[in-house]
Amino acid sequence: MDFNTIIQILDSTIRLATPLLLACLAGLFSERSGVFDIGLEAKMLVAAFFSAAVAATTGSVLLGLGAGIAASMAFALIHGIASITFRGDQLISGVALNFLASGMTVLIARDWFNQGGRTPALMDGGRFQPIDLPFATAVADVPVLGPIYSELLSGHTILVYVAFAMVPLTWYILFRTRFGLRLRAVGENPGAVDTAGISVVRLRYSAVMIAGVLCGIAGAYLATGLAAGFVKDMTAGRGFIALAALIFAKWRPWYALGACLLFGLLDAIGNRYQSIELLGVAVPGQFMQALPYILTVVILAGFVGKAIPPRAGGEAYVKER
Amino acid sequence: MTLMKKLLGASAAIALSAGAALAEPGLIIDLGGKFDKSFNESAYNGAQKWVEDTGGEYLETELQSEAQREQTMRRMAERGANPIVVLGFANASTLEKVAPDYPETSFAIVDMVVDQPNVQSIVFSEHEGSFLVGMMAAMASETGTVSFVGGMDVPLIRKFACGYAQGAEAANPDVKVIQNMTGTTPSAWNDPVKGAELTKAQIAQGSDVVFAAAGGTGVGVLQAAKDEGILSIGVDSNQNYLHPGSVLTSMTKRVDNAVYTVFEQGEEGFTPGINVLSLENDGVGYAMDDNNKDLVTEEMVNALEDAKAKIVAGEIKVHDYTSDDSCPAG
Repeated sequence: MDFNTIIQILDSTIRLATPLLLACLAGLFSERSGVFDIGLEAKMLVAAFFSAAVAATTGSVLLGLGAGIAASMAFALIHGIASITFRGDQLISGVALNFLASGMTVLIARDWFNQGGRTPALMDGGRFQPIDLPFATAVADVPVLGPIYSELLSGHTILVYVAFAMVPLTWYILFRTRFGLRLRAVGENPGAVDTAGISVVRLRYSAVMIAGVLCGIAGAYLATGLAAGFVKDMTAGRGFIALAALIFAKWRPWYALGACLLFGLLDAIGNRYQSIELLGVAVPGQFMQALPYILTVVILAGFVGKAIPPRAGGEAYVKER
Repeated sequence: MTLMKKLLGASAAIALSAGAALAEPGLIIDLGGKFDKSFNESAYNGAQKWVEDTGGEYLETELQSEAQREQTMRRMAERGANPIVVLGFANASTLEKVAPDYPETSFAIVDMVVDQPNVQSIVFSEHEGSFLVGMMAAMASETGTVSFVGGMDVPLIRKFACGYAQGAEAANPDVKVIQNMTGTTPSAWNDPVKGAELTKAQIAQGSDVVFAAAGGTGVGVLQAAKDEGILSIGVDSNQNYLHPGSVLTSMTKRVDNAVYTVFEQGEEGFTPGINVLSLENDGVGYAMDDNNKDLVTEEMVNALEDAKAKIVAGEIKVHDYTSDDSCPAG
């Protein structure tokens, strides 16, 4: 494996890790505030559909992104109403949203576009184009650092940079602002927060809505950044992998970055080497495809120590009994 | 209440009279959807053409999930459709079970062989068509590396891959053929993101012509090929129009003709058994039209026509992967 190949695999890793990272951070906000969210997949899927649908109709990718975020936030709001206001079971609400998104997107797509549950292929204006960082071509010939800068770091769509910028931003919001402190507190001990005269419900709603925005960006990236349109169930389980990454990262932003990059890397290696000769044995492609999932299970089973979720996670807050 | 009864009675009478009339043919569309721009869409177009030509009507159902296969097939038979065309290899085991229960109904299955007295099995010589586009790929390639993206990893798709690799090697013995499958579950037919990522990985390894036999996933493959400025080859339907100037050609599989023929023959003309559509009867081939005429040189067309004649005459033997589950090339 030469240097160029490594760069290409890492380049692919970044593309594949981006939707995971956004969804993972979305889950981080939501779960840190005490609202479990297994509807990440649903929010990404509706966002993917509405961003592609609007981008296809208007030809503007930014309108598409806006529509995707709005749709995802609408789903987040449903989750919030069901599980915060009406104190329903957060897991059940999430599952319901997953089913709703899977069926609804295809149904609407059939009605609007008449193409069997997909949107028309997006033209160039309807997609996020790769952007070249300054001097990318100029330094391309510099050994080692040149390719790293011009191929690995440059040439992604704007949403990739947004996703990676979200990591320090999330860390700052959660650990260096008053809002973040309260948000974490409401996930550990909502009673104490309430006693201090701060609204638990409002904090949890804001966390859930932030999750909606992030999932919206993730879905829009899938449909208008990576692909050129929506097809049914195109999230293909990425929301669940993001949840696994969240647990793996112990609900911490920087660890989340590491976890998502690792899963992205495994995916990229699986794509690149569908049959790989290892010590004289041909490892079949199917094994490479299963590897990310196998590693997830192995890692979750014992190698991360104890992953402790936010203490009040999964429970609706009841003021008085 | 009485009005209700009358209405119900009337609709029942209509249903009965419809059943008594000459049966309408039926079409069961496989997972992947009617407008997959590929296999299913081709069949749908064939049925539409039949409607236009004859003014007849037909019944149609689109499978939504793996679990509906048997239910859908039985309902179609009970609604009186005859003959019924079932699309897709994945329906074979279900049809094997359902066909004996409806001995009066004729079934035709595309892409798989089902040995029942009332079933016509329509199979295509995909390996021959893939051989031709493989030749064209190797001739169009400047890097000497061509690639293949398959959908779900099943023998049928390996048959495409194997024919493609043999054709590429026939045109250029030094060619390198990279093969990737999208996945092992039916969702592999609907994952354009992964298709695009596989294509990019193949381009990184030097490929400059990619052949997609992957249903909806192929949309992502063709898109990635266009974005990266390489050539691609479509499948089943003529997909040249999707990205003019980037799609080199399409390996056409005339599912539309097959459906049309079965519909036209109707109940009377129906013949059970195996019906092989090959290069010889234009069941498979490569697509030429205005969208790709600037990409394909006369030299390529001549070479392909020559090879086609030789395959039909039996001078070139293209190995069929499904005959022994192995491939001599690639």
